[in-house]
Amino acid sequence: MRLRVKLFAFLTRYRDNLSSGMPFEVDLPEDATVADLLRALQVPDEEVKMTFVNGLAQSEDWPLKDGDEVGIFPPIAGG
Amino acid sequence: MWFIRVNMTDLTSRVEPLPDAYKHLGGRGMTSTIVAKEVPPLCHPLGPNNKLVFAPGIVTGTPAPTSARVSAGAKSPLTGGIKETNGGSSWAADLADMQVRALVIEGQAKKNGKLWGLHLAWDAAASQPKVEFFDANEYAGKDLFEVFPKIYAKYGDTISISGCGVAGEYGYGNAGIVYNDPAKRPTRYSGRGGLGSVMGSKGLKFIVLNREGTPGVPVMDEALFDQGRKKMIDALRTHDITKPKGALNTYGTAVLINIMNEAGGLPTRNFSSGRFEGAAKIAGEAIFEGNKQRLGKELYNHACSPGCIIQCSNTWHNPDGTEAASCVEYESDWALGANCGIDNLDDIATMVKLCNAYGLDTIETGATIGVIMEAGVIPFGDSQGAINLVHEMDKGTPLGRILGGGTAFAGKAYGVTRVPAVKGQGMPAYEPRAVKGIGITYATSTMGADHTAGYTIAPEILGVSGKQDPLTPEGKAALSRGFQAATAFIDTSGHCLFIAFAILDIASGMEGMVEECNGVLGTKWTTADIGRVGAEVLKTERAFNEAAGLGKETDRIPEFMRTEPLPPHNQVFDVLDEALDTVYSEL
Ligand code: SF4
Repeated sequence: MRLRVKLFAFLTRYRDNLSSGMPFEVDLPEDATVADLLRALQVPDEEVKMTFVNGLAQSEDWPLKDGDEVGIFPPIAGG
Repeated sequence: MWFIRVNMTDLTSRVEPLPDAYKHLGGRGMTSTIVAKEVPPLCHPLGPNNKLVFAPGIVTGTPAPTSARVSAGAKSPLTGGIKETNGGSSWAADLADMQVRALVIEGQAKKNGKLWGLHLAWDAAASQPKVEFFDANEYAGKDLFEVFPKIYAKYGDTISISGCGVAGEYGYGNAGIVYNDPAKRPTRYSGRGGLGSVMGSKGLKFIVLNREGTPGVPVMDEALFDQGRKKMIDALRTHDITKPKGALNTYGTAVLINIMNEAGGLPTRNFSSGRFEGAAKIAGEAIFEGNKQRLGKELYNHACSPGCIIQCSNTWHNPDGTEAASCVEYESDWALGANCGIDNLDDIATMVKLCNAYGLDTIETGATIGVIMEAGVIPFGDSQGAINLVHEMDKGTPLGRILGGGTAFAGKAYGVTRVPAVKGQGMPAYEPRAVKGIGITYATSTMGADHTAGYTIAPEILGVSGKQDPLTPEGKAALSRGFQAATAFIDTSGHCLFIAFAILDIASGMEGMVEECNGVLGTKWTTADIGRVGAEVLKTERAFNEAAGLGKETDRIPEFMRTEPLPPHNQVFDVLDEALDTVYSEL
């Protein structure tokens, strides 16, 4: 399956020439989860705070499907 | 400890010992208690019977980290209810170090149009603060960036300044109270609720504090205070969000733009969508990267006030490396950016700078321009048109005055039905239909639509203090109530609200905050008292509002949010009125 993925803030360092929020495509085997995606991207899970799939926060065992949009964030806050 | 009353009607002042009843109050607890006790709830906010109260927090002025905060309180010309609006500046610490726990401005200068300044200094011989009036007419109608250097030149480098800009002189509902930042710029604000106009209405333009020789804040139990302070420092230094080179220090508060957009809760084009296609271009990361490119080096953020170890305040730079504006906060960035369909950081920064120059609240300004764009006066995305509208407010033209009245006022003037405001105050940067808990806070807060009053975004979006589904209304009334009460305590303590991100996750930090307060006051509070003390403040504010005519019928979200589904989640605001009413009925 093919996913559209965005890495934000500090996490952009896990990919060359990536700016925060710039989407890129990732191909993963069927039945892959959020955790599998993080492994494929070599993003350590302890650096990930929130993962949104199609705009909804999901846990690491969430099953992904073809065409999903995934946004991955480190711990951030503001006000 | 001192309690100062300044009467602007006869230009007199009284410096009195702090009454015993106020001994354990500070910040918001102090301002709201005094306003509720002394201001007639039905008075005109810009008339002689309103009072403007300043109070530093309990630990403000001490070495407690991230605590140079001051509360300004009055009856609000924007909401018609009680208002506490918080700012960070050396002005806060200097007032505390002068041992002034409350400064109350009363009455109204008799001669219309005449403006005065106040100068407070420490009288070493009398061992108490002394108050002098000065003629401030020469500063009337001027850009604050022009005026601040003149005041520093006149009174020296050991001063701090608070004041109002032209917006406050005009009496706009959208007029903040300005304070100096560490670089002596007029960029820090108690922005919300129009209190700059309460100041202006009294004939008061500036309050200058001279810190020379001030004795500092007495601490009853030094050992306990130090223990608490160390716990607080540890929590702030270790939490990923608040630590040095952590999220706030690197990207500033505007780091929220992308996550709110991803969650479908970034209000866009006057709250007509939860997603903005230009979000990444105006986000905190874009500010960090843009500065790096323009300056040729990484730039981390600075402190708005002395003793802050989080240091979240940014400065945006022009292409030639000169300074464009400080500070492009998340709220300002969103209000003048996504909410107006504007994705150009340079234009957003121009408007931030103009708001600072004229004494306007950036949130109210952006929310108002969004409504005016909805009315078709200028199109969404027209940043030059938006900049011109801010200038209109400075000029005081009829259009400028309509805009200066704020979001709800401008909406009425132009017959707009999609008006994002509660109790007359424009909504901040979180969409209630996509984040139900914050909608409950907007609806029920004693302040009108105010995100800081009960920041449920922490668990609903950021995963701080647990994780909650933002789209469900279940359990959110209780969540908002808990956050509103805890916030009232933090606003009373004198800490910046941003310590909450660390201490909600790190229990010893929470203990540290209470121990610091106990150390200063000699109280015996525990963390279990945080909610109780906070709830007392809320009840006081609520009672004032009810007497002012703001009962539970005004604790409602605008109708369009109940009927128009918001993309991308296509949700309406589906919290029942009964649930909204429980926030305060079960307090
Ligand atoms: S965290 Fe930011 S807003 Fe709060 S006191 Fe520090 S610099 Fe100011």
